Amino acid sequence: MSQLPLRAQVASALGRTAATLSRMTGRGDGSVIGGRVGLVLEPDLLRQLAQDRKLVLVSATNGKTTTTRLITSALHELGDVATNAFGANMPAGHVSALSQAKQAPYGVLEVDEKYLPEVLDTTGAGLVCLMNLSRDQMDRAAEIWQLAQKWRRALAGRPTHVVANCDDPLVTWGASTAAQVTWVAVGQRWKEDSWSCPECGGPLDRKGSDWACRECTFRRPEPSWVLDDDTVIDPYGRRWRLDLQLPGSANRANAAMSLAVVALLGLPPERALPRLGEVKSVAGRYTTVEREGRHARLLLAKNPAGWLEAFDVSDAALPIILSVNAQGPDGRDTSWLWDVDYRILRGRPVFVTGERRLDLALRLDVAGVPFQLAGDFSEALAAQPPGRVDVIANYTAFQQIRSEFGRAV
Amino acid sequence: MQSESALRLVWIYPDLLSTYGDQGNALVLEQRAQRRGIPVQTLHLRSSDPVPEGGDIYLIGGGEDRPQILAAERLRRDGGLQRAIARGATMLAVCAGYQIMGHTFGGEEGQPVAGLGLLDIESGRGAQRSVGELAADVDAALNLPTLTGFENHMGLTRLGSGVRPLSRTRIGIGNGDGTEGCYAGRIVGTYLHGPALARNPALADLLLSWAVGSALAPIDDTWFDRLREERLAAVLPPR
Repeated sequence: MSQLPLRAQVASALGRTAATLSRMTGRGDGSVIGGRVGLVLEPDLLRQLAQDRKLVLVSATNGKTTTTRLITSALHELGDVATNAFGANMPAGHVSALSQAKQAPYGVLEVDEKYLPEVLDTTGAGLVCLMNLSRDQMDRAAEIWQLAQKWRRALAGRPTHVVANCDDPLVTWGASTAAQVTWVAVGQRWKEDSWSCPECGGPLDRKGSDWACRECTFRRPEPSWVLDDDTVIDPYGRRWRLDLQLPGSANRANAAMSLAVVALLGLPPERALPRLGEVKSVAGRYTTVEREGRHARLLLAKNPAGWLEAFDVSDAALPIILSVNAQGPDGRDTSWLWDVDYRILRGRPVFVTGERRLDLALRLDVAGVPFQLAGDFSEALAAQPPGRVDVIANYTAFQQIRSEFGRAV
Repeated sequence: MQSESALRLVWIYPDLLSTYGDQGNALVLEQRAQRRGIPVQTLHLRSSDPVPEGGDIYLIGGGEDRPQILAAERLRRDGGLQRAIARGATMLAVCAGYQIMGHTFGGEEGQPVAGLGLLDIESGRGAQRSVGELAADVDAALNLPTLTGFENHMGLTRLGSGVRPLSRTRIGIGNGDGTEGCYAGRIVGTYLHGPALARNPALADLLLSWAVGSALAPIDDTWFDRLREERLAAVLPPR
């Protein structure tokens, strides 16, 4: 890594300067601009920066950033780790992350689902962690069956070892062309995108956690790792209790996937677990911000499956602020709001804000959930009594709130 | 489907075709019927089950190419929906489901796939994706306000003489020839998500009135109206 050709060294250094400027001027985390500058100067930079490292790629619809953080935290037991901690998950973000830790023997990269084939091809990563696939930002993202199909093609004929969630049929299908797969059973809360067989289109029958196609041979593989409530069972049958600060079952699933990944890099659960327990918040997710006695916990939910996970984490005794935008990164189509079952919020004080608050207002009206409309997040927060409140926001709405509080991490 | 007096909604194949908030159309119909004291029974019909012929309103949604082809094959083989329509049932077909109602549509490689032929239309694949807000003037015979919604498809649809265009586009692509959607008898087809009935409550009421056989009392449309105003103002020039 220290032996980068001169052109790559210059590209990488200029990229870092741009990133610093971006942070200093308060425009962003600096994780994308730096990489873009580098990539323009040296298109082969990502391949060169990836060489000679043990690299893990992490992809899914939900939980990418958090799982990337958990794996990174654990791997610090073994040495330095290069990572795109702020969710900049396309090649420019990867270049930026790897240039900032040139000597690190390990790399853990969150990868956008669509970019996984390209990034796998460029970096030749040895390990890939795949957690879940569900409907997300349909106006710009690839449709998810096609996405899984592309994963299959990208993984076929490579030495890459995949760690995949076998409770998600589409992920299982997407991963199953890989030369080696370690199956991990971490559950699947959102099932609306996996009622039919990805292989033949027949109906999938489910019984407990097991599933199988009624018409062809595609069925759930036997897992080597299993998440059982707050305990992870490893391939030797040993039980490891998770003691996480990150809340909710989705994060227990992320932690179980992480344990399976780092075990393949030689880090046993007894050394990884304490490191997982140190992670409190991830790029603003789950963090609590305070203003005038109101303590707001920030939850990010970008799609229907993410909203189910956020509801699972949220404290039903607290009021809740919901904020929805529909800028490019959110998807400009708000139809997905109708796939979320909001009735679970009945009986709680609910405040609705964000640029597309009227879409959400109508959605709640039809669901029979009383709510109050607020012009912006500050107004919604000021309307709370002093004390705790939960906030669920989609991507750009979340970043706007985070910015108001000094890009809270 | 037990009660004789309840309005029977059948949501066709959500396991194959429901990737774009299509559930919203069922929820809006349920809410608008219930607010008028009309009880509703909704069936989420899996593609492995037969289509009941006794429904009042059938809904079918959008989806990817492969599930669309599977859904068309199963509906053709089943025949229940065709018999229900022949009996005079009401139907809203959206996006991939809209194309299925026609004679043919374009498959994964653009090959023609046989539809149900319940609407006199033929669809194929366009060169580029139509994505974005749409606004359109509805066919005068239906007496509905401006149609609003979000389209996201690669389809081009040619209307035959057996259907009328649902609307003429002011913003957006729709069928690709300046019209959006179509209707014939009590079948309405549209490319619009949003979902279509959440953005167009008057269209929801039209479907309900066809199904119950009478005009409906007005209800409080505050949130529907505010959303419509905002969306239309966002895309149409000020009057």
